[in-house]
Amino acid sequence: MSRGPIPILRVGDTLLITVHTDLHDTVAEAFQEDVLAAIEKTGASGLIIDISGLDMVDSYVARVLADTGRMARLMGTRSVLVGMRPEVAATLVRMGYPMEGVQTALGVDDGLALLNAPRPGR
Amino acid sequence: MDATVDGSERFGIQSEADIALVRRRVREVAQELGFDAFATAAITTAASELARNVWTHAHGGQSTIARVLDGRRRGVRLEFRDQGPGIADLPRVMAGGFSTARSLGLGLSGSKRLVDEFHIETSPGQGTLVQVTKWARY
Repeated sequence: MSRGPIPILRVGDTLLITVHTDLHDTVAEAFQEDVLAAIEKTGASGLIIDISGLDMVDSYVARVLADTGRMARLMGTRSVLVGMRPEVAATLVRMGYPMEGVQTALGVDDGLALLNAPRPGR
Repeated sequence: MDATVDGSERFGIQSEADIALVRRRVREVAQELGFDAFATAAITTAASELARNVWTHAHGGQSTIARVLDGRRRGVRLEFRDQGPGIADLPRVMAGGFSTARSLGLGLSGSKRLVDEFHIETSPGQGTLVQVTKWARY
């Protein structure tokens, strides 16, 4: 499977990445590396990962997403997960999967607002 | 279990790509049975977890996807079978007790919460069999 360019939009200082249903298994590592390369190239301070296209998030995908956020954080970029479908949210909680350290927002606009909000004491 | 099987399909799990194939077929069957989005997501995720366990921990196995009938209830029954190492301390693994078996335990305990019936047979050297059933809700 070739590592094609993933759709990345730049909105000011934020990168918006839309995850398609094929993010799974062997494509995951390439996805993470492409995201980090994009952060380095653009110097983005924020990252929005849009998962509205995912009709299923199992523990593997959840870990890939959480890890992506942590990797971005190491580079100094804050990330927000947006667009989680109701059935995905329900399944993750029912399954008992701890989505630790993952900030979420309802949609892209909310994600941008969250990233651009002034943070107290920092 | 008095449910009768109304059609079943077998899928080998011999590569990581097979996990997605199983998942896709489970989704189709669930939707054909009239599962709503929540129930479909639940059984599809459980299938993904269990298929992934077979691949990651046993390096291969078989899965079966069956439609079941129990009186007026219709549902889907999945079976995952492997000749892998088996699980020595099942209760502890399912409670998340061993860090090395963490993903295995997460997959098993997570799947159990997403389905209506969960059955597992496993022991060291004897492989593992997991069977889950989810009924359509009307």
